[in-house]
Amino acid sequence: MPLNRAFIGRRYEAADDYLVGREHIRSFAQAIDDPNPLYLDPAAARAAGHPDVVAPPTFLTVLGFRFRDASPMADPDLGLNYSLVVHGEQQFVAHRPVYAGDVLRVVNIVSDIRDAGSNELLKTTMEVTLPDGTPVATLVSSIISRGTAAKDGS
Amino acid sequence: MPRYDEVEVGTTIPARVFTVTRANLVRYAGASGDFNMIHWNERTATAVGLPNVIAHGMFTMAEAGRLVTDWAGDPTKVESFGVRFSAPVPVPDDDAGTDITVSGEVADKLDDGRVRVLLTATIGEDTKVLSAARAVVRLD
Repeated sequence: MPLNRAFIGRRYEAADDYLVGREHIRSFAQAIDDPNPLYLDPAAARAAGHPDVVAPPTFLTVLGFRFRDASPMADPDLGLNYSLVVHGEQQFVAHRPVYAGDVLRVVNIVSDIRDAGSNELLKTTMEVTLPDGTPVATLVSSIISRGTAAKDGS
Repeated sequence: MPRYDEVEVGTTIPARVFTVTRANLVRYAGASGDFNMIHWNERTATAVGLPNVIAHGMFTMAEAGRLVTDWAGDPTKVESFGVRFSAPVPVPDDDAGTDITVSGEVADKLDDGRVRVLLTATIGEDTKVLSAARAVVRLD
């Protein structure tokens, strides 16, 4: 069944702020086997001019899972069957580095839903800011809903 | 660390091999919060038509990112990073895992000391697992 196009433009604000943890950055860096001292060692990060350890470029992917409820995917009215979903594209734009100790605010917007052959693409844009509104990062994610596009005449 | 003045269009970042095992996927599931069963349960993965447990796409993206962050010297020099996931990365239940080969090349010199790097990530006999993989990096 096709996705509900009325969702285009909907905006989801995360209910809580997100505190970036030094130990969470460490476990994320260890999970990707990356020994970069700027992720693991506060002294090395300070020596490089940073206030604390820095987050790897893809670290903010954790926000989508932490705030799964603040997402169109959590709403049954969207009509998404999660077993048909694969990740199509992902983009991160950094407006400012992410450091341990940062408090982040998250808004998720459904930017597009469209057909791509027999599949549908669901594109979401996540805007991450500091509580004062300073932009931190923009994450654009496209997921593919396999085989759910409306067929002609249906 | 490369300097902007010394980098040209066509400058390459030598290929590196990153290995992904089931143990990586378990750790990545915990660290990222992505507990989709296709990334750790073979029964679930094969039931939905996958050849085996597959790596999180974001794990593959993170490994490609390591090539760029190590080249740039400081991960905060990466201003943007985007990929398209073009093929799954099956991960067998053995000690060897799956090797992902990542290489890069400077595609553009932008203003303000920035360059655009194109990345290639493959498994097996040249199966591209990422396409349109690119990062904008600020150099000194």
